[in-house]
Amino acid sequence: MNDLTLVRKNLFRKRLRAWLMIVSILTAFAIFGVLASFWQALNVGQDVGNTDRLIVVNKINFTQDLPVSYFDRVREIAGVRQVTHLSWFGGYYQDPKNLLVVLAVEPASYMELYGNDIDIPPEAQQAFKRERTGALVGEDMAKKWGWKIGDRVPIASNIFSQRSGSHTWDFTIVGTFSARRLQVNTNFMVFQYAYFDETRSFSKDFIGWIALRTGSPSLNDRVIKAIDQTFANSPYETATDTEKALNMAFIAQFGNIALFVKLIVGAAFATMLMIVGNTMALSVRERTREIGVLKTLGFSGGRILRLVLSESILLAFIGGLMGLGLAMLFIVSVRGRLIDILPSVSIAPTVMLTGVALMLGLGFVTGFIPALSAMRLKIAVALGRS
Amino acid sequence: MSSDIAMVRLVGVSKHYVKGNETIAVFEHLDLSIVQGDFVAVMGPSGSGKTTLLHLIGGIDGRDAGEIHVAGARIDGLSEWQLARWRATNVGFIFQFYNLMPMLTAAQNVELPLLLTRLSGHERRRHVETALKVVHAADRATHLPREMSAGQQQRVAIARAIVSDPKLLLCDEPTGDLDRVTGDHILTILQVLNRDFGKTVVMVTHDPAAAKYAKRVLHLDKGRFTEKTGLAA
Repeated sequence: MNDLTLVRKNLFRKRLRAWLMIVSILTAFAIFGVLASFWQALNVGQDVGNTDRLIVVNKINFTQDLPVSYFDRVREIAGVRQVTHLSWFGGYYQDPKNLLVVLAVEPASYMELYGNDIDIPPEAQQAFKRERTGALVGEDMAKKWGWKIGDRVPIASNIFSQRSGSHTWDFTIVGTFSARRLQVNTNFMVFQYAYFDETRSFSKDFIGWIALRTGSPSLNDRVIKAIDQTFANSPYETATDTEKALNMAFIAQFGNIALFVKLIVGAAFATMLMIVGNTMALSVRERTREIGVLKTLGFSGGRILRLVLSESILLAFIGGLMGLGLAMLFIVSVRGRLIDILPSVSIAPTVMLTGVALMLGLGFVTGFIPALSAMRLKIAVALGRS
Repeated sequence: MSSDIAMVRLVGVSKHYVKGNETIAVFEHLDLSIVQGDFVAVMGPSGSGKTTLLHLIGGIDGRDAGEIHVAGARIDGLSEWQLARWRATNVGFIFQFYNLMPMLTAAQNVELPLLLTRLSGHERRRHVETALKVVHAADRATHLPREMSAGQQQRVAIARAIVSDPKLLLCDEPTGDLDRVTGDHILTILQVLNRDFGKTVVMVTHDPAAAKYAKRVLHLDKGRFTEKTGLAA
């Protein structure tokens, strides 16, 4: 036997009560695990965004186009190191419900600018530059639809049509790419802007947005100002910002998700804190005489404090780890259905670490006052209580 | 076994309790000496201060004045932490209601004081076996308190009190909750511990029959020893 045996035996001396406390902790941590993971997944875009990567969009809003001529003009601005342009295709596969992220890009500059995020094999890079109707598909998307290199896939657009009137473009998959970082989502495909622009029935010579990299983040402010000044008072004024800021603005459209998550998790934790704190206090109070006996045997006040605190911390860890485990199971089970909306949803290490910190905090908060009372308890008083 | 070395020496000890606006004197300038190897029964009516005396000797309650020397140490000036360490090595307590931990087996209950030592798990188990054998409760080692009779529980409590080999055993009505036959068995064990193992025993009791097992009987009334027959000092 050791102190841990004593702690464990004390915790489970009334099994129903112990398990009810564990269930309340488990519930709060499961809610935390799921919501924090969803929130994290929504914020992945921010983390993916490099601080030295800037995005130039139409000042009206990002759904409005920009003239393709801006691409060359931006390239000439001092401080701009790499630049590319992208256009939203609005694609779907077979059924309008099967929405796909499909982008028309300029191959060479796109692969150069996003080479830090996605890994494209050299032969795929060459094929993508060479094949006019070629498309590069992310591993997640290829896996989801069972596509492989050489497949010819018809992708329809819910925005654009061809001059023939058809909404469908045929692409040949010339390669797949993988993520270089965990946060990067590969559930998208890219194809040649030239093919898109030649065949579409409207918006010819227009692009969606421009992405660029400056020499260093310290140049960002100057470059942003220079770009927006260049196109000021034109029919297509621009709004330039870092990719990270743009992603944050995009997420903010859904409302203050962080506050929403914090409120729900806070409510769950506050309720659980009161239940567990009260039960722990009651449980220790019921053991007043036993604590007196332990002190009589020679257990110091400090050791009693550690025993009671260990009990509440052990309780928090049992419930907390089970709760996070449950959240993980839930996320794994729904991940497949959420891949289009939240492709990177998972219980990230930061969520786990925050969870562990919360477990420690919870154990400490719920156990500290009963532990302090137990430590200060006078033996004569304890033995006098029945 | 007994010698003239004082195991317990109280010099001018006073103890008061405050109840509301009233201060109640339990002892005023109480003197007492118990030699090593003695078996003393302390008798007296309820409220006479018997248990308080035991608590003062055991360092679980503090005096207001005077000196308390036990097992060669002056304990009245020790801190809570020092007293805890001192109790762990010098005193074994036996209570009326056994006070075993309900979720621990007999062996685990007996092992509790040894968690405060540096003994290995193997050594602790060996000590526990010996202590349970001494009180004839080895066959109950794996039983929980609720699976044992009152007498068996008190045997286990005695084993817990002696497992760390203290010099002094303080017993608060050890047979108060037991029938006569079982009580006699427990008292016989205490007698053996005193006679054969050299433990000094101080036992508080209401029961004159129990007091007969002691070498000396002290009568306490209103904070004073009214009869000091055989008192060593």
